[in-house]
Amino acid sequence: MTDVRIAGVGLTKFGSHPERTGRDLFAEAALAAREDAGVSRDDYEEIFYGNFMGELAEKQGHQGPVMAEAAGLDCPATRYEQACASAGVAFRQAVATIRSGAADVVLAGGMERMNNLGTAEVTQSLAIAADELFEVRAGVTFPGAYALMARAYFDAFGGDSEDLAHIAVKNHANAMQNDYAQFHREITVEDALESPVVADPLTLYDACPITDGASAVVLVSDDYAERHGLDAPVSVTGSGQGGDKAALQDRPHLARTPAATKAADSAYADAGIGPDDVDVAEVHDCFTIAEVLALESLGLYDHGEGVGAAARGETTRDGDLPVNLSGGLKAKGHPVGATGTAQIVEMTKLLRGDHGNSDAVPDARVGVTHNAGGTVASAVVHVLEVDR
Amino acid sequence: MTETGYDEWLAAIADGEGYYLACPDGHGSLPPRRSCPHCGAAELTAEPLPETGEILTFTEVHVPAPNFADEAPYVTAIASFGPVKLTGVVRDLPADEVDLGTTVSVGVGENATTDEQLLVFRPASE
Repeated sequence: MTDVRIAGVGLTKFGSHPERTGRDLFAEAALAAREDAGVSRDDYEEIFYGNFMGELAEKQGHQGPVMAEAAGLDCPATRYEQACASAGVAFRQAVATIRSGAADVVLAGGMERMNNLGTAEVTQSLAIAADELFEVRAGVTFPGAYALMARAYFDAFGGDSEDLAHIAVKNHANAMQNDYAQFHREITVEDALESPVVADPLTLYDACPITDGASAVVLVSDDYAERHGLDAPVSVTGSGQGGDKAALQDRPHLARTPAATKAADSAYADAGIGPDDVDVAEVHDCFTIAEVLALESLGLYDHGEGVGAAARGETTRDGDLPVNLSGGLKAKGHPVGATGTAQIVEMTKLLRGDHGNSDAVPDARVGVTHNAGGTVASAVVHVLEVDR
Repeated sequence: MTETGYDEWLAAIADGEGYYLACPDGHGSLPPRRSCPHCGAAELTAEPLPETGEILTFTEVHVPAPNFADEAPYVTAIASFGPVKLTGVVRDLPADEVDLGTTVSVGVGENATTDEQLLVFRPASE
């Protein structure tokens, strides 16, 4: 099996860019990744592209060819839709394609345009990731679904809104050093606790913002990197995906996300590591409670222990296991279909040393990314390792 | 829009004759189904839904989607009814009186925004 290396990464600045087209956003990220990689245009063999709600936001289906043009490439391009895990599954297919020997150079990425819709329309659009018959018709919004999980978590394991507020505070603080983040504003626990209720017990500061943005990654085979003398110190050593029932009501436990556990177990086995080997993590904190569920599913914390990790200072910048040094979805932003590969971009830069927060993890060797779709009915986990 | 299987199930609940689907191993699921989502068994039979359920978790939604614009704030809950769990909107009970473990009955109500039918929980009479 061929080893996979990350040759280049690119992002747009995340934020509110309602006037920018999806193709323009993706072009910016893809061209940045291509420039970072320094790979000949003719060598790109395939594009794996994630997008969730393009039909709703831009009335644009069949986005693969549109985005290949935008990226300035002449190769087949396929769109992957898996809600908030769209780019995560696109990246996983890119990894599999190189490992199989079917290609030596591919581009993986994602894009989401959201702010051209109003808050109400975005809320409706995001809800289509839930079960239409059994959840959406019963008033379950995306924040509402995570609120159901948060209350179930507090009941099963303890913890409270103040614990969650510490996660928001941590991720806002981390985003201060990330030029690409949507927010550059520190907040306090009091700010978070006093912010308006969205779906109780979750408030505005428990939720990620509505974000426009794109991300892209150039993946190459180890052999190609060697032949062309590429500077590509970060490898993808593990990949895993897990699935669960679409609706919360069909799961045995409302405060656990076993799809992510399955994805993590596969990715760890693939990489030949265990959770104790992880030095740094980027996890899917679409809501603060989601970071808790992620840490526990990844085996980084026991059930019930993850909720206090930020408050105890263990997952902060200076903690033993920094989590979401990018600012996370919470403060970096969450352009839904771009998030999976945005996490790969952030982790690659953290490991190779050119991220604004790389100085928090100077000796990190193993990084893990966790990207989730819906209420974690889909989960994708990747292990990245850097040559040191 | 007609949703064969689901529409009949909702109508049965409205008539007080709610049911769930059971496989030979006792797993519960809701229609439309052709196989058990838990074990894959193909033999599914309709069994009567328990008359009351217990709220397992809930949220009061303050920021609604457009399809619930005229309902907000409203309480959505997941309640266990024997081998299945249902998701519905809590009616006839003030939000501050909804709690984990509250016993509810299930019925069908109308969404004030869309006029569509939806699953509702009401406090079960003692």
